[in-house]
Amino acid sequence: MFIVKNKKIFVLLSTVLVAVSIILISVFGLKVSIDFKGGALTEVAYDTVRPDQETLSENLKVLELGSVLIQPTGDMGYIVKSRDLSDTEHTALLKVLSLDGANSLKEVNFNSIGPSVGRELTRKAIVAVILVSLAIIFFIAYAFRKVSSAGRQGVASWQYGLIAIVTLLHDVIISVGLFALLSHYYGAELDTLFVVAVLTVLGLSVSDTIVIFDRIRENLSKESKIDKANFSQIIGDSLNQSFARSIATSLTVILALLALVFFGPTSTKYFAIMLTAGMFFGTYSSIFLASPLLVLVHERQMKK
Amino acid sequence: MWKIWKRILIALLVIALGAGVALFVYKSEYKLNPNFGQEKAFFQNHQFRLGLDLSGGSHLIYKADVSALDPSEVAESMEALRDVIERRVNLFGVSEPVVQVEGASFVSGGEQKLIVDLPGVTDVEKATTMIGQTPLLEFKTEAPEGTPQNATVGPDGQLSLDLSNQFVNTELTGRYLKRATLEFDPNTREPRVSLQFDEAGTKLFGEITKANVGKMVAIYLDGSPISTPVVRQEILDGQAVISGSFTPSEAKQLVGRLNSGALPVPITLLSKQTIGATLGGSAVAAGVKAGIIGFLLVAAFLILWYRLPGLIAVVSLSFFVVIVLSLFKLIPVTLTAAGIAGFIISMGIAVDANVLIFERIKEELRSGRTIADAVSNGFSRAWSSIRDSNTSSIITAIILFWFGTSLIKGFALTLGMGVLVSMFSAITITKIFLGALSFIKENRFSRFMFSSGLSNGKVK
Repeated sequence: MFIVKNKKIFVLLSTVLVAVSIILISVFGLKVSIDFKGGALTEVAYDTVRPDQETLSENLKVLELGSVLIQPTGDMGYIVKSRDLSDTEHTALLKVLSLDGANSLKEVNFNSIGPSVGRELTRKAIVAVILVSLAIIFFIAYAFRKVSSAGRQGVASWQYGLIAIVTLLHDVIISVGLFALLSHYYGAELDTLFVVAVLTVLGLSVSDTIVIFDRIRENLSKESKIDKANFSQIIGDSLNQSFARSIATSLTVILALLALVFFGPTSTKYFAIMLTAGMFFGTYSSIFLASPLLVLVHERQMKK
Repeated sequence: MWKIWKRILIALLVIALGAGVALFVYKSEYKLNPNFGQEKAFFQNHQFRLGLDLSGGSHLIYKADVSALDPSEVAESMEALRDVIERRVNLFGVSEPVVQVEGASFVSGGEQKLIVDLPGVTDVEKATTMIGQTPLLEFKTEAPEGTPQNATVGPDGQLSLDLSNQFVNTELTGRYLKRATLEFDPNTREPRVSLQFDEAGTKLFGEITKANVGKMVAIYLDGSPISTPVVRQEILDGQAVISGSFTPSEAKQLVGRLNSGALPVPITLLSKQTIGATLGGSAVAAGVKAGIIGFLLVAAFLILWYRLPGLIAVVSLSFFVVIVLSLFKLIPVTLTAAGIAGFIISMGIAVDANVLIFERIKEELRSGRTIADAVSNGFSRAWSSIRDSNTSSIITAIILFWFGTSLIKGFALTLGMGVLVSMFSAITITKIFLGALSFIKENRFSRFMFSSGLSNGKVK
């Protein structure tokens, strides 16, 4: 079997991908949205002509809002990011943006989040991440509860679980790395939906790994004696058997997601990209990373 | 032979049921049904409920300061606060406002919060003023004679008289108000506001009027006098009338505000969000487009890869879509952009069970079984992997729903519902239709049609 034979290459490839992702995340960083840090976002669209960006930022200095970021959006609009605004500040901001009413505009979107709401959401997100991770670890433990006797086959049940978690981390880190790229070049922001995407990736990609491990376990239990040669053989066969359905189940989800990326609402675009990447790498890793790791672990134990 | 006919009959029955549900979804949607206006109330009341990010509107989060209250009173006061705010909001004719209390918990921190959703209200300043305004009603009596009058000359040369020290406070305020009603002066037909005090208020009002016969009693609203009638005699029935120069709508608003009462706990605005209606509208259009294209892509893949069973899976997927959409309407689920995303993703996940079953059928065919045996084994042997692969999605959806903000909840709910419904549609409905196909004779072509991917259905 091709994958088992070239296992070291695939493990190396995954390691490189993870390393690159970590570098991307630490170099570019992730832009945190006002969901978490608090602040205001005002999006306006002009009716006739969009005023010059520099004029606006010069005029906005009068309001003393601290650092204000103005980004063009669409053909006729701007997004203004600032600290959270009171009602009077908001009215004043709109007045300045419309050049004291000379240039009529529509406010498309306004969002002002106080710092305490942001802190609360951060806490909620952290709790949710911890809970989902715990639930998934329990789920993995539950799924592999039957193989406690499988120690004689060379790989203990907790090692299956550990490998499943390693592949999960791999999927999440690569998706976040991709997000760091999007964040740097396209201004994607770490918001509530980002957290949801990460958690959903965790949930979806673990099931793929479990389905393949399940097949491996089933095939291992049919063999009376397991040595180095037939262990790889069994893994290879199991992969052959579950290859098609693994890819098919992910492909249907990815097809739906791609429709969302290219045709869906702008507000869920980055969310859909994150999920697509997560699904893709989730499937990739359960075939090209989890099983090679399993063989490597087995080989190490055989040497002892 | 009868057995096959029975299966076909059941399949037809299921199609009729599905068509009925589809008809419901169609008839109850304003944008799809050209005769929507003539439909029965049942259909008109079951349109999709769109969240603020899709319909446009304002989303406000208030913090309630309950530090002065005994912990045992907090829940009750928050409910009272919710009622007052709800009355105020209703006063402004917002359709389907949502006012909800978010209690303090370990996750949300120690704050009591009030969340107000106002669909269609895009003027956030107007929204916050109409919620935050506490009508302060005061009754004041004339100051003793000899109090100096303050007159100032404004920059425009106008003389203005400061009345504030011409009247002194009394104990009587809006707190003692039992009810305010709108009425019209029978002579002038001018709108006026009639006040009925409660017991304590009636007593106070009686004392005040008794002591001030022939003098003015000023009625102040939010710090400014709106009416300064002269007392003719002592009033003992606790009734007073404010006849300022109101327009009917002003008078109506004042009545509503007085009746809604003061806030039981002070509130401060923590965060506010307004989404313009155009942004929401284009998000809906994009969501629908993505949904249709997503469906077509998944359907194309199923038919190309799984042939005849694939076609059946597409039928099941159509059932899935119709069932989930009608559940969205019946429960009802408030749809947000993230919720639509959850639904579209669940379409992709919904066919997972079909894929697992069909792959198993292919294996069974290869090992030499007849089509009928392969189909029935395929269903029974695929169950454990279907259960496993859906469990983790359901766990994630539950946790997200439990902890999420409204945005996350929308996604978790549509995703979770989708996964659950799919376990029914992809297994039961697919089984009924594949069963109805059992009249198909066993030959090379039919084995090819029941196989999938690159396999031709031959025994290995």
